Amino acid sequence: MNSTKRAARLRRSAPLLALAAPGVLLLLAFQYYPLVGNVIAFKDYLPFVGVWESPWVGLENFELIARGDRRFVNALTNTLIITLVQVLLVFPVPIALALALNSMVSDRIKRIVQSVLYLPHFLSWVIVVAVFQQFLGGAGMLNNFLRANGLDTFSLIGNADLFIPLVTSQLIWKDAGWATILFLAVLSQVDTSLYEASTMDGAGRFRQMWHITLPALKGIVILLLILRLGDALSVGFEQIILQQPAVGIEASEVLDTYVYNAGIVDGSWSEATAVGLVKGVVSVLLVLGANKLAHLFGEDGLYRS
Amino acid sequence: MTNSTRNVRRSTLINGQQRPSPVSSVVKLLVFAIACTLVVLPFAAIIATSLAPSAQVTAAGGMVLWPERLDISAYQAILSGGVVTRALGVSGIITILGAVLSLTVSSMLAYALTRSALPGRRAITLLLIFSLFFNPGIIPMYLAVQQFGLLDSLAALIVPTCLNAFNVIVLRAFFGNLPKDVLEAAEIDGAGEVTMLARIVLPLSKAALAVIGLFYAVGYWNSFFSALLYINDPKLWPLQLVLRSYVTNDNQIGTADVASGILPAQVTMQMAILVVSIVPIVCVYPFLQRHFAKGALTGAVKG
Repeated sequence: MNSTKRAARLRRSAPLLALAAPGVLLLLAFQYYPLVGNVIAFKDYLPFVGVWESPWVGLENFELIARGDRRFVNALTNTLIITLVQVLLVFPVPIALALALNSMVSDRIKRIVQSVLYLPHFLSWVIVVAVFQQFLGGAGMLNNFLRANGLDTFSLIGNADLFIPLVTSQLIWKDAGWATILFLAVLSQVDTSLYEASTMDGAGRFRQMWHITLPALKGIVILLLILRLGDALSVGFEQIILQQPAVGIEASEVLDTYVYNAGIVDGSWSEATAVGLVKGVVSVLLVLGANKLAHLFGEDGLYRS
Repeated sequence: MTNSTRNVRRSTLINGQQRPSPVSSVVKLLVFAIACTLVVLPFAAIIATSLAPSAQVTAAGGMVLWPERLDISAYQAILSGGVVTRALGVSGIITILGAVLSLTVSSMLAYALTRSALPGRRAITLLLIFSLFFNPGIIPMYLAVQQFGLLDSLAALIVPTCLNAFNVIVLRAFFGNLPKDVLEAAEIDGAGEVTMLARIVLPLSKAALAVIGLFYAVGYWNSFFSALLYINDPKLWPLQLVLRSYVTNDNQIGTADVASGILPAQVTMQMAILVVSIVPIVCVYPFLQRHFAKGALTGAVKG
């Protein structure tokens, strides 16, 4: 590089740095600086003393995890059960919807159905929870209808035993339609000559589905499962915290709400941070592990190093 | 598929696939009809109830599907000044201000990242991508916002979520795909980086900017987590916290909460608050839906 070129480059780098600076500062302040704040997991954080001056206590705050504190174990169990139910029941719904949409004869009906089913994704959890209450709650529409017809009423809202079915159906209502987008995009890229050739060879609809359509979805399904596994310990904080008053802590406490309730509401700052930190580290390890697993099965996964 | 084969095969194939049997088509249509009803019916009932006269709602014991006559007293009550009106103001301010700020900061960073003259370009890119893989944690976030002195301020509802790394990556991919020769020509003509961003890159990216801007706006309008965490003062409550208090937690809307003094049935006011918070989303929805399907893909493929 000759000197005039270098000078020209330098003249450009200053304004570029200025353009990047606000974004980089925000990233450092609200992603990386808080990461450092996790040190209070190893301290006895006293709000009036501050993060840096609070005394170190080593691993004391992690003891509740090691000795299986009841409240913590309850939150962990609920989290894992909800994750498992969601992977089994929520994950396949958009795939089925996408397959059905993809084989629709009428493009117009397909577009209308998509427009309607995508909408709930853009509503906030407060609205979704409110909508469910108005329909399925004790004084909701369904029960008013049942009462008016002399039938037994039942309440899905505020019923601790039915909390998991409730959050699962809310998640399907809100996001199953939107989640079809990725699958539909992949399906639209399938080489149509494969279908034509298989038709020539006498393959029926189900053989086409089994040998062409489903294999085409394999990559994206594995990718999304890896991402979901990384999130295995996070289940809808907003969705659940909103409904805790109605069903009680026992049935609805998950790890994220535990960290919020124990830390910010009850003031056990350091212990709650310790739980949050362990959760974060385990999540990263889960993604890395799942990615490795995908490679073993010969898939690309999230990334290749 | 070429046009000629399409014509030949139209009767038996769609997208190359065997045409579904009539039975499976009917089943599919039925499933879609039920799914769409489950989405549309709640909205219809919420709007109907918000517009129904109090007497009808009280007699029905709650939600109704069709108002006997149109009665807008619930809207008059909540919009007359008071808790909901103020919350609408807070949500409106953070949505507009937040979306403008987010879009400005994001497009500046995204543009800088497409330029090879940016010092530390690789490091900044890594910083951005790594941030997608972890979450700093609820309490450290709260403490950081507290240390920056933002608790109980409108800034706490905007600044911590101002930059979305995923959106920056989508914008960077978009800017990076713009025709190179236009930028090179401007560079030779002596245009500075800021001029190139403002005069060439941004005008060529209007659609992408609109979509990302709307996404930020919807995020701010719906934001609940930041408000729950950082706002104690009810005067600074955005709409989502008011919704939680008066709709999901079913607290009574009293005469102290509205300025008009007339109080229609509780349910009609609750539904009116819901409608007011859903309407802006429904208004921008057609635009989002049309453009974002593409955007989501760019991000998913390149991110």
